[in-house]
Amino acid sequence: MSKGLFRISPGFEDVMPAEYKELVTNGPYGRDLGVKDLGTFKELIEEHPLCAGCAEALALRLILASLPSPEDTVIVGSTGCSSLLFTQVAVQNIHSLFGNQNAVATGLKRALRLRFPDKVKDVVVIAGDGATVDIGLDMVMQSWFRRELITTIMLDNEVYANTGGQESGMSPQGAVLYMAPLGKKFPKVNLPEIAREAGCAYVATISPALPRRLGKVVRRAILVAREIGPSYVQVFCPCPTNFKWPSAQVLQKIRDRQKEGIFKVREYVSPEAEAYLAGLEVERQHDEQE
Amino acid sequence: MTTQQVVAPEHLFFEAERERQFMTGSEAVREAIKRANVDMAISYPITPQSESMHLVGDIYAQGYLKEYFRGESEFAVMAAVAGAAMGGVRVFTATAGPGTLRAFEMFPTWAGARLPVVCAFMTRGVNSPLTIQPDTIEMAFLLDTGILMFHAENAQDLYDMILKAFVIAEQTDVHIPVGVFVDGFFVTHTREEVATAPADLKLPPYNPYSAPVPVMDMESVPVRQMRDPFVMKSNFISYAAHASWQQEILAAQERARKHVRRYLGGLLEAEHPEAAVLVVAAGTAVSQGREAVAAARREGLEVGLIKLKSLRPFPREEIRTLARQARALIVPEFNRVGWLAREIKSVVEDTTKVIDAPRVFGGMTMPPDLILAQIRRCCA
Ligand SMILES: Cc1ncc(C[n+]2csc(CCOP(=O)(O)OP(=O)(O)O)c2C)c(N)n1
Ligand code: SF4
Ligand SMILES: [Mg+2]
Repeated sequence: MSKGLFRISPGFEDVMPAEYKELVTNGPYGRDLGVKDLGTFKELIEEHPLCAGCAEALALRLILASLPSPEDTVIVGSTGCSSLLFTQVAVQNIHSLFGNQNAVATGLKRALRLRFPDKVKDVVVIAGDGATVDIGLDMVMQSWFRRELITTIMLDNEVYANTGGQESGMSPQGAVLYMAPLGKKFPKVNLPEIAREAGCAYVATISPALPRRLGKVVRRAILVAREIGPSYVQVFCPCPTNFKWPSAQVLQKIRDRQKEGIFKVREYVSPEAEAYLAGLEVERQHDEQE
Repeated sequence: MTTQQVVAPEHLFFEAERERQFMTGSEAVREAIKRANVDMAISYPITPQSESMHLVGDIYAQGYLKEYFRGESEFAVMAAVAGAAMGGVRVFTATAGPGTLRAFEMFPTWAGARLPVVCAFMTRGVNSPLTIQPDTIEMAFLLDTGILMFHAENAQDLYDMILKAFVIAEQTDVHIPVGVFVDGFFVTHTREEVATAPADLKLPPYNPYSAPVPVMDMESVPVRQMRDPFVMKSNFISYAAHASWQQEILAAQERARKHVRRYLGGLLEAEHPEAAVLVVAAGTAVSQGREAVAAARREGLEVGLIKLKSLRPFPREEIRTLARQARALIVPEFNRVGWLAREIKSVVEDTTKVIDAPRVFGGMTMPPDLILAQIRRCCA
């Protein structure tokens, strides 16, 4: 984003909504903020209609606070609960169809590289588990095979939440859900392994119960996708509404699943990505000393 | 690669001296794209389209385009094309028959998102059973997707319509996709003389900020912007928003009429429109119609030929007026359902004048004699 682009036009100061004015004066653009700074700046996310206690909404809040350059990020979403929130997000974002997100992101990323050869424009895909592992898996994997420089983030709430709680490829084995009246017959799809084999230079699994770690993971994934190769982050955020848990218990459920070893926090970094991230770290420390 | 100079569309289309070359329809696509200043093309193989996108790949390798790649399926290609268009570049793609159907969800999505994508459709039959032969059935399915639809009779039309499609699609008051249709094999794989503008001239680049919708590049406001926002609440404001959005696409099609008239010289062309019997056709059926009309006139029969170039927008008023003074409208078609006759019936005052025949399909050619037989019958 060019400096000075995002401002209130003279004469419109009184009619612009308060939260928009706050974005202009205290938004995160060009400021290198992160999860640790939450509470000190106006976040990209505005009031939204997701359920109280929704782990996916919390994950999104943390993801959006962790974008390394929100001023130069375009998000591609997909139909699902998260897309109901993206109308209220203060970075430009595309909702096209259910499942075509990685193909849309491919065209978008290549277009932005043509138009802004001297600038980094981060293209980040954020979509549900159904969108990523079921209906859109072909396009997700093909974007990795082609080594598209995009970050793919799956919001793994373990169900088709937006359509009322049907089984997805990420639902746990045995879970009784709509369209799986006798319980799911096969285990969660191991997409992180597939991502690694398919050419991702950075793969991580994380949950919003570990906010700082989540922030770090998202940041690293997006940085790797700038230069090295595609990256994939899987965020474990089960849906309290469809699994019928009291909303206040969601984070505890996530922690329990982690303790039981059912959900594991993992990170894979390719040697090239490792070297690249280490180089950036050195640069950053150098900048900070100056 | 020839160094190219940007010229006004009017110069490229109407003023620049043209050179005649013998070429296939697929080569005419290449020649159009060479002069269209296209940023990106995305391809996927399907007969009889593949050759044209091979040739576009060749001119990408020569430097005429900045980006070109093969996608993983037609649905993915049409989705990637949408992403590229939202990112603000001029894009081109092409498909045919089963590819069109595989990608189908994307076409109304392009129109609704106001994307000025240009896509060539080299029409072919659809399954089952499988066929690679020419058939215009896919056009019936696309009529109500919101995209503009031009139908080329020959390679010359194909060259001209593709170039002009970009200019019409990108008008701020239009800004919706254009499909340029051509009958597979009959045009793509046969040679004819095509007059083209010099290869060192090209269209002006696309200016994404002339779009009536925000570009997704974080270099334009508003930044709190979803393409396209959801309007799915169960309340009247939502219904009204969705309804008016759809109407706006139709309105954009209506506003395209003046541009189609200006650049294509009209939505239709008429030869002997005063005749009592008219053959009304689109695509290569026009060529067979022309032969049949010439033969009939040699026999002294009063018959004219109407060539439809634009199907969306549809030349509603033009056809209604022509039909008023005619006794019969003969509509030859290359498909099973007779969608063009249906379209014509929907605009004329006396539908009994519309003869929905002859009709061939499954890849058959249309003997002009079949049309001639209808003309004789109507003139008797
Ligand atoms: C082509 C198509 N098929 C089905 C749907 C219906 N649909 C909308 S959202 C959705 C579920 C989304 O599930 P997921 O991706 O896991 O996201 P969540 O809502 O769980 O966050 C489905 C099936 C659709 N919109 N489009
Ligand atoms: S249904 Fe589940 S995923 Fe969707 S908003 Fe509610 S809690 Fe979140
Ligand atoms: Mg889900």
